[in-house]
Amino acid sequence: MALVSAAGTQQHDTQQHDTQQHDASALDDVEVRRIRNDFPILSQQVSGKPLIYLDSGATSQNPLSVLEAEQEFYEQRNAAVHRGAHQLAVAATDAFEHARATVAGFVGAKDNELVWTANATAGLNLLAYSFSNASRSGAGNQPSQAQRFALAPGDEVLVTEMEHHANLIPWQELCRRTGATLKFIPVDDDGALRLEEAERLITGRTRILAFTHVSNVLGVINPVRELTALAHNAGALVVLDACQSAPHLPLDLKALDVDFAVFSGHKMLGPTGIGALYGRAELLDALPPFLTGGSMITTVTMSEARYLPAPQRFEAGTQPISQAVALAAAVNYLRETGMDRIHRWETELGQRLVAGLDAIDGVRVLGPKPGRERTGLAAFDVQGVHAHDVGQFLDDRGIAVRVGHHCAQPLHRRLGLTATTRASAYLYNTTDEVDQLLDAAGRIRGYFGVTTRGAGV
Amino acid sequence: MSDLDALYQQTILDHARARSGGDLPESQTAAAPGLPGTGQSHQLNPVCGDEITLRVEVDGGKVTAVRWNGAGCAISMASASVLSELAEGLVPKELQGLIENFRELMRSRGRMEADEEVLGDAAALSGVSKYPARVKCAMLSWVAAEDALQQAVTTS
Repeated sequence: MALVSAAGTQQHDTQQHDTQQHDASALDDVEVRRIRNDFPILSQQVSGKPLIYLDSGATSQNPLSVLEAEQEFYEQRNAAVHRGAHQLAVAATDAFEHARATVAGFVGAKDNELVWTANATAGLNLLAYSFSNASRSGAGNQPSQAQRFALAPGDEVLVTEMEHHANLIPWQELCRRTGATLKFIPVDDDGALRLEEAERLITGRTRILAFTHVSNVLGVINPVRELTALAHNAGALVVLDACQSAPHLPLDLKALDVDFAVFSGHKMLGPTGIGALYGRAELLDALPPFLTGGSMITTVTMSEARYLPAPQRFEAGTQPISQAVALAAAVNYLRETGMDRIHRWETELGQRLVAGLDAIDGVRVLGPKPGRERTGLAAFDVQGVHAHDVGQFLDDRGIAVRVGHHCAQPLHRRLGLTATTRASAYLYNTTDEVDQLLDAAGRIRGYFGVTTRGAGV
Repeated sequence: MSDLDALYQQTILDHARARSGGDLPESQTAAAPGLPGTGQSHQLNPVCGDEITLRVEVDGGKVTAVRWNGAGCAISMASASVLSELAEGLVPKELQGLIENFRELMRSRGRMEADEEVLGDAAALSGVSKYPARVKCAMLSWVAAEDALQQAVTTS
């Protein structure tokens, strides 16, 4: 498609991984059909029609290798990690730490810079609570080190208007606890960040800049390096929400130079209940812990405790071990397929989606126009038909999409909407599936009897 | 008739467009009026952001008006419209009984036959019960009515 090459030439924050084991050939429908064989759930029928799963932005499906990795762990190696001295405990600990190394390597991080969390939301809350622990005296038994994270009235936390609620509410609450002020970088009518406003808003008072790499509603890829440079020049720390980038494009957190980042396993072919927090080693070792308890300490007396360095200092209690092992299997699947190839395929699907939807009378696509860079998702509004009814109509054809505000109420409000329909593709979606969605989308207004703009239900 | 066509019957689409009773001005939704015999309830479906503010007026032992202001899907708008038409003229006890009947139908997962004699146009919403994710859409205005009726009765 001509549109794809136009989008592909635009500069964006992705890197070529030199570790990828694949040839440079592009994915195509033939190979995608082979890939689909690895995902048992995709062959099922819904309402007597083949399932067309276009909701991977919410949660992705799992290949057999991921399901088998979790089962193999429980069948062969299940034991408590970092505790027992028996051989099974050693095998479990090895598997757990090997998984950490695999996932850390996947995002360009070192092993000790990757903390397991339940999901990205848990990672962001961990950060926000660790920052507020640093804001109290005597934090983490290392008050002098923790001081750099302390917030007080007059300090500012900066987010964007396009954030998922998970990268907004924890900062609202952190500001409420510490007296700091929350500000946001606004978006324009197309949903793009207003970078001139970012330059104005990032000042010496800014302590934290938290923003998403890829919008879960717009599919837009934000200029991470540019924003990070602005924040660092002002002395602020940068927190990146990589939930919609880690699964879909080559990601090198070191090259992006962010200080912290989070992502979720279930959005990248892994199981639920596992995610990760990345932090630069020197920051993680100085940041006070959030959850405390077993396995994160050096010495404990009846009155106080000393804490291990990262990542263990943030991993109190029994960890999601089999999930970590399965996430590593997911990462290996992605790496073997090739993140650059996945990104290019999803770019093609995304352009096909946006071009097709944009051509339908009465359909408004949010975010970048056709031909402009976007990932493999598109949220749209069908004038005169509520998103729930759109979703119901598509579901009847076996097409699974997300409807609602996609955990981004402020963004929807800014764009004058309360709910939209979002189709989000992944490496296992074919062009035919996108075309079936487009065909169905063209029939929605007719079905609901909407003939003139805005005159329907 | 397919399940989808059963869900979106013409009666439903007509009500979703006509929105009987859906003329409560936005300016009157902020706070309950506090008048004797008047109750008002605001309900929100956090899953989709659908919301409704519904007012019930009771006078002389009868429901005299059910008016609302809302935004949402065809199912929730049609349901509010049907409710407004059905409720007027009923004694509060009858409206409460109607709400309970409708709730039972919605929770039936498609296993209950709607009694058209009792439910009138609301019987056309019975297809919703096969879609558990949409039951809340249909129930939104009825939950608001139950709450508002309670207030109206206690203040009249």
